[in-house]
Amino acid sequence: MRRIGAAMAAAAVLLTACSGGGGAPAGGAAPSGLVVGSTSDPDTLFPWKATQFQAVHVLEQLYGTLTELDADLEVVPGLAESWRVSEDGKTITMTLRTGVTFADGSAFDSADAKASLDRIRDEATGAVAAASLASVTAVDAPDPATVVLTLSGPDAGILAAMASVNLAMLPSDATEQALQATPNGTGPFTLTQRTPNQSIALAPNPAFWGGAPRLPSLEFRVIPDETSIVSAMQSGNVGFAVFDDPLVAQSAEGSGLTVTDTPQLSYHVLQLNARQAPLDNLDVRLAIQCAIDRQQVLDTAALGEGEVTGPITSPAYRSDPAARPCPQRDVEAAKRHLAAAGHAGGLTLAAIVSQGEYATSVNEATNIQAQLAEAGITLNLDVLESGAYVDRWVAADFQTAVALNGGRPDPDGMYGRYFTSTGNLNKVAGYSSPALDGLFAQGKATADPEARKRIYEQVSAELENNAAWVWLFTSFTYTATSPEVTGFRPMANGSLKYLRETSVGGS
Amino acid sequence: MIVRHPVVRRLLEALATLLGVAVLVFVMLRAIPGDQVTASLGTEAAALTPAQRAALEAYYGLDQPLPVQFLSWLGAVATGNLGASQRSGESVLRMTAAALPITLELAVLSLVIGLVLGVAAAMLSASRPNSARDAVGQAVGLAGLSVPAFLLGSALLALSARFLGYNPNAEQFAPLIADPALHLQQLLMPALVLGFGLAAPIMRTARSALLEVRSQDYVRTARGKGVGPRRLALRHVLPGALVPIVTMTGLQFGYLLGGAVVVEQIFSVPGIGRQVLLGIQQKEYAVVQSTVLVVALTFVLVNLGTDLLYRVIDPRVRAA
Repeated sequence: MRRIGAAMAAAAVLLTACSGGGGAPAGGAAPSGLVVGSTSDPDTLFPWKATQFQAVHVLEQLYGTLTELDADLEVVPGLAESWRVSEDGKTITMTLRTGVTFADGSAFDSADAKASLDRIRDEATGAVAAASLASVTAVDAPDPATVVLTLSGPDAGILAAMASVNLAMLPSDATEQALQATPNGTGPFTLTQRTPNQSIALAPNPAFWGGAPRLPSLEFRVIPDETSIVSAMQSGNVGFAVFDDPLVAQSAEGSGLTVTDTPQLSYHVLQLNARQAPLDNLDVRLAIQCAIDRQQVLDTAALGEGEVTGPITSPAYRSDPAARPCPQRDVEAAKRHLAAAGHAGGLTLAAIVSQGEYATSVNEATNIQAQLAEAGITLNLDVLESGAYVDRWVAADFQTAVALNGGRPDPDGMYGRYFTSTGNLNKVAGYSSPALDGLFAQGKATADPEARKRIYEQVSAELENNAAWVWLFTSFTYTATSPEVTGFRPMANGSLKYLRETSVGGS
Repeated sequence: MIVRHPVVRRLLEALATLLGVAVLVFVMLRAIPGDQVTASLGTEAAALTPAQRAALEAYYGLDQPLPVQFLSWLGAVATGNLGASQRSGESVLRMTAAALPITLELAVLSLVIGLVLGVAAAMLSASRPNSARDAVGQAVGLAGLSVPAFLLGSALLALSARFLGYNPNAEQFAPLIADPALHLQQLLMPALVLGFGLAAPIMRTARSALLEVRSQDYVRTARGKGVGPRRLALRHVLPGALVPIVTMTGLQFGYLLGGAVVVEQIFSVPGIGRQVLLGIQQKEYAVVQSTVLVVALTFVLVNLGTDLLYRVIDPRVRAA
């Protein structure tokens, strides 16, 4: 308690010290504003190309999407206040909120929505979410409050996909260049000042359709090192941060900050390239799966901070991690599979491992290597700088890959692109089958949530029984807040959407 | 004939060095796997269709042949246009103009700290060689050489925030003119860390130089004439030992610019080191190439300055 008092006193001294000159609005870390510590400056402010976490964190405050996800990752209305899917599933009619404006005051209507969707679909735009709209064949705007999407076939995952800031609604006349300099969205906050590589200051948007946020100001301050962010929180200058290193989270917790763990949609996995010998042999893949104790990987590589997982990580569709061949490690079974594949004498494989992209990769790889060795499989590790890793991963130039892949709330959005034979990441996945193609098509065409759940259980089973990959675990992210911060709800997709409902010190 | 002039020859050498740096940086950046497209999209880049990828490559200028990219960059740089960040659209010249002074200021502060600590420790050590005092001084010097800046920096930051509640670096960085007090507080810890690392080699060089000078005839003569120990140390011994110290300090300037990358990252100081680091992470070719060139230019100029400084402090060099 005394420590916090001292920290506040020091912060107060420093605040008075800095309010003397400059008058930068960042000093608008006024009593009840919130400063978020972020390890990196957003690499782009153009929402359609933003994949970096830090960029997404800022952009989701500034831009609106047609649908949104709630804390349980269920689809809820966004800029579209309701929608109707036709009987045959091929038409989605969305009714837009009226009275919504962009940050510059201009009105948002169906012309903006149509222009946005059409440009995202246009390959020349280079929008990363183009594939999410692959089933859309036409977008119409019959009146200012209505958008009609015509689909080539039913697509039950598209509504969840639309909640991504990569599908943000932009003014129809906005250019990428203009938006990089001056973001212009319909989100709960607007940009007030940006100092590159240092700070992004936001102000609440009083006209936000969901009601003005409670924070009088929100600043994303770039503090490159996670431990430096902890010390910034200890000294009272920063009130909110998201960490992914469990050690950093522990030290934050030890110093009186509130830390919440949230299991993530993203998952750690050993990818197997089942198109290449010897991994085209099911017995070889099953041997690998049986030889690995996933809890051990989690314990040794990630201090046990996380949960063992099956393929689907989204809470609503979560796979049972025990529903698979060899739910417990079984070295004898692994050896039997190996012998059945004609490799009784052992087998040598190679794995690509990224260094630096995330903290646990190399530890995971060496633990897997040790476990496989006991079953007679020698795993040679190719530890690569992250750029080199991504190059080889993208080209599917590997036998096995230790990977951390991003998850999505809807299982079709998450795995359709990997495990259907025409999926745009199928080359990297290295596995597809007519059975999976059929199941994914069925899942897309089914609107009833219960029926969809059963279909994706079968997808999970199909993936696990064929050991397409070896799913390991999901890790946590840690949301650290100073004690006076209330109202924030962390989400499994890492979104900071609920900053709009957050307040500091009961403001 | 004219090239024989030592100063002109130095300038030509400097120019050649810069051209070499330009070629090296350009080639090395492109030899690193991954381009701007994969750097920004990561594994999502696998989902791009060929047309999407082509559109992005054209956007980043990656569709041009390498020699064309190099020459157009060099031509632009020659006219003072360092290019612009693809991400933010900001001109690299403006970014550098904001970041370089901060790093130079940090370097000068560290240099002062390093010199004061290093020379003082060396004088203490050298005044009584092989004594206990000398051993302590040498041990501290060894510690300065062996403790990495990231460790010292993180420890300093964590301890001061935890136990003193003091962490000026968590504030947004204050420009010198806007808020000099906060600005200096923000540079103090990083300068201490860099200065401590710098003090060690300075101390070792200075100690051996001082010992050597002490044994020279003119010092013995002065001592024989009855000059007191303090006056002897400051007026006779120290000036004689300055040349190796200045040489060492000039060389260490490169260390400062390199060390700035780590220290600026830990203390969130928006200097040139962080600009390069971010540029490399994001494969921002224009930012990295031009910034490294500016850093090289700074380094070359400092070395040039050091050379000229010899001529002032040591008459023997002037004759050469």
